[in-house]
Amino acid sequence: MNQIIKIRIKFAKYGTMKFIGHLDIMRFFQKAIRRADIDIRYSGGFSPHQIMSFAAPLGVGIESQGEYLDIEVNSITTTEDMKNALNQTMVPGIEIVSVTVLPDTVKNAMASVAAAAYRIAYKEGIFPIENMEQKLQEFYAKEQILVTKETKKSTLELDLKPGIYELKVVKADAIPEIYMLVDASSSGNIKPTMVLGAFCDYCNVKFEPYSYQITRVDTYTNLAKEGKPRKLVPLEAVGE
Amino acid sequence: MTRKLALSDEILMQVEKPARYIGNEVNSVIKEKDKIDVRFAMCFPDVYEIGMSHLGIQILYSMFNAWEDVWCERVYSPWVDLDKIMREKNIPLFGLESQEPIKDMDFLGITIQYEMCYTNILQVLDLAQIPLLAKDRGEDMPIVIGGGPCSYNPEPIAPFFDLFYIGEGETQYRNLLDVYKENKKSGGSRLEFLQKASQIPGIYVPGFYEEEYKEDGTIQDRKKLYDKAPDTILKEIVMEVSDTHYPMKPVVPFIKVTQDRVVLEIQRGCIRGCRFCQAGQLYRPVRERDVEVLKKYAVEMLKNTGHEEISLSSLSSSDYSQLNELLDFLIHDCNEKHINISLPSLRIDAFSLDVMSKVQDVKKSSLTFAPEAGSQRLRDVINKGLTEEVILKGAALAFEGGWTRVKLYFMLGLPNETEEDILGIGDLSNKIAATFFETVPKDKRVNGKVQIVTSTSFFIPKPFTPFQWARMCTKEEFLEKAYQTKQGIMAQLNQKSIKYNWHEADVSVLEGIFARGDRKVADVILKAYEKGCIFDSWSEYFHNDVWMNCFEKCGVDPAFYTTRERSEDEIFPWDFLDCGVTKEFLLREWKKAMNETVSPNCRSKCQGCGARRFGGGVCFESDNQNQN
Ligand code: SF4
Repeated sequence: MNQIIKIRIKFAKYGTMKFIGHLDIMRFFQKAIRRADIDIRYSGGFSPHQIMSFAAPLGVGIESQGEYLDIEVNSITTTEDMKNALNQTMVPGIEIVSVTVLPDTVKNAMASVAAAAYRIAYKEGIFPIENMEQKLQEFYAKEQILVTKETKKSTLELDLKPGIYELKVVKADAIPEIYMLVDASSSGNIKPTMVLGAFCDYCNVKFEPYSYQITRVDTYTNLAKEGKPRKLVPLEAVGE
Repeated sequence: MTRKLALSDEILMQVEKPARYIGNEVNSVIKEKDKIDVRFAMCFPDVYEIGMSHLGIQILYSMFNAWEDVWCERVYSPWVDLDKIMREKNIPLFGLESQEPIKDMDFLGITIQYEMCYTNILQVLDLAQIPLLAKDRGEDMPIVIGGGPCSYNPEPIAPFFDLFYIGEGETQYRNLLDVYKENKKSGGSRLEFLQKASQIPGIYVPGFYEEEYKEDGTIQDRKKLYDKAPDTILKEIVMEVSDTHYPMKPVVPFIKVTQDRVVLEIQRGCIRGCRFCQAGQLYRPVRERDVEVLKKYAVEMLKNTGHEEISLSSLSSSDYSQLNELLDFLIHDCNEKHINISLPSLRIDAFSLDVMSKVQDVKKSSLTFAPEAGSQRLRDVINKGLTEEVILKGAALAFEGGWTRVKLYFMLGLPNETEEDILGIGDLSNKIAATFFETVPKDKRVNGKVQIVTSTSFFIPKPFTPFQWARMCTKEEFLEKAYQTKQGIMAQLNQKSIKYNWHEADVSVLEGIFARGDRKVADVILKAYEKGCIFDSWSEYFHNDVWMNCFEKCGVDPAFYTTRERSEDEIFPWDFLDCGVTKEFLLREWKKAMNETVSPNCRSKCQGCGARRFGGGVCFESDNQNQN
């Protein structure tokens, strides 16, 4: 029986690569792992596939500094070696940030995801919203943040409020950006555009989705026991 | 540090598959443009997923970029959604690598793989903001070069190109680019460059010639407008195929493309000599790649791309003399690395079935036979050396091995075809189904059945084949033949096991016009493009009524190119090109076809086709030279 080593890979995705969708990123990594000669484990059967699982899918157009995938390997020299080998097979716009070995008990990346943090910049500099900081505070202080979500069959009214864990203005090189930490679990995933759209509505500003650059800052898992207050840590922090 | 894209985020977020337009793929090449003398845009005039799957472009891309002074970029047809936006916003077509306009580059090379992309050539030129007609291009416009199989009859698209490269690209491109650099350095004009280029072997400058027509519309003569231009142009060919440039680091697309795998070209040419097949004549003689070289390529390319699949490419892989050894190696090496092997065009016999059972899931895969004609008589006419006995034997073996799906390919409208030949299609399909029920006992039948898919395409006579003299059917005749085929299948005992597909007739007729067209057809193509025709090979964008209307408006009669009978001494629009195979040989074969006589393949007995003059390949193998 082979030993099984679980590996978590954190990567950043930016620039032109933001236009590559989730499924194609998966294909990209399958090929990259071959190029890097990683001793990955395969499933059985006639067309064996690599054992690989991605955390939360990222929408097309969004950049990220905290994407994750888990793989299983038969052998590894060091995590540093693996990181370097992978980085040599990347393209501009995808960068391996860290490689960690996971304890056996950890759930896979997809099942672990609890939250994600985003920053939103206005592409042309300053947001076209006056008094943004104050407005955002007022908006976040509301009892409920209701949005309507269109599904194929019906329109659904949804309260975003319980899923927004943090919402504030931060500065990047003195230019204000919106920061949010939101639920990203499979049951309650909140898209940053939903929050941004609702905020624009609140400010009576027309929401132009292409005017904003959204960046996922990191993806988090919840270490707290059920019923206890959230204890969010980045997905890479559970490794060794 | 990020490259600036030619298209805004807003546009890219609105179009289908933005990955088609951003470049940045693994193994794509970025160079410092200040250190470059020649910028070359290499185009496949169809959508990215199809263009990226083409081996020829990968070869030239890699070869050009291996030269320090050249930067080769890729360009494909923007899909209809982006096409519209680019026209509205006046965005010039750009190279995927630099994201800079094509019109500022030195060359635009267009590979022309099928006739139905002709309007897309105009789309690319138009979006690039390059004048559609070569004669209207100014000094600062790129030189537009055509290549690929359709350049063996370039006349219907001749006015759109500055020059054509006839034959395999590996041999003369360096020379051509050097002449260009030289001319640029000495301040020479565009015309001077074209004049110099016309002296390079394999280069055809259409602007230096004019066709003169007889009253009946056939060609009287070709007049030269530049007296040093050659009378005939012999195709370029690589004889030492094991030593030529091979793309060891092919570009790996992000999105799924048609050919999403490593492609190993094991040989060029085909020994078979099927009389309908253009490739079989154009790429003579057969030249095999050394098996050791191929093994090395396979390993290295898989490593460089990370592809999970490798496929062999050639016109007839079973004829590759070292196939056994190559497949053994691949099966062993690839299994270890969890790489799939895809095996196109293998003759079905015990050996190939054994190999296929090792690399495919027998239950899911299907067997392919291409008898092409429904009766032995007609198979003799077309020189397809596949007999019913061989097919049924292969099928029986396969059914025993667990296969239950069979695909059959036929052509309708072949020269001399009779109703009996057509009914033979249903008959053969039925016999294969019957073979299944005879070979596989009831309790061993997966889902109790066999699935036979019989497909027919319509025969289109192509230049440089023995059938270049043949009459092509009308649309009505084609449809009648398809109907008869269907009736024939329906009348069979096992008809429930047989599914029948047939090809569109309109588009075949148009392809037939282009294939043997002359320069008069160019007006029609231009007009159809102006009327909005693009992506004609995509049935949802093909508008036959618009095309027929344009033929009428231009006073060009489609029947002249399709159904007209051609006399043996007619001068064809492509006769000034020489693909190595002589017209005498083709005529000999045409007559043999009419006598229902087969010709042996190159390996069993040389037929003296003319390609021996290239001095290598199969023509010089052992003792096939006992010519008659
Ligand atoms: S010269 Fe003979 S062997 Fe060579 S390609 Fe022609 S027919 Fe085949």
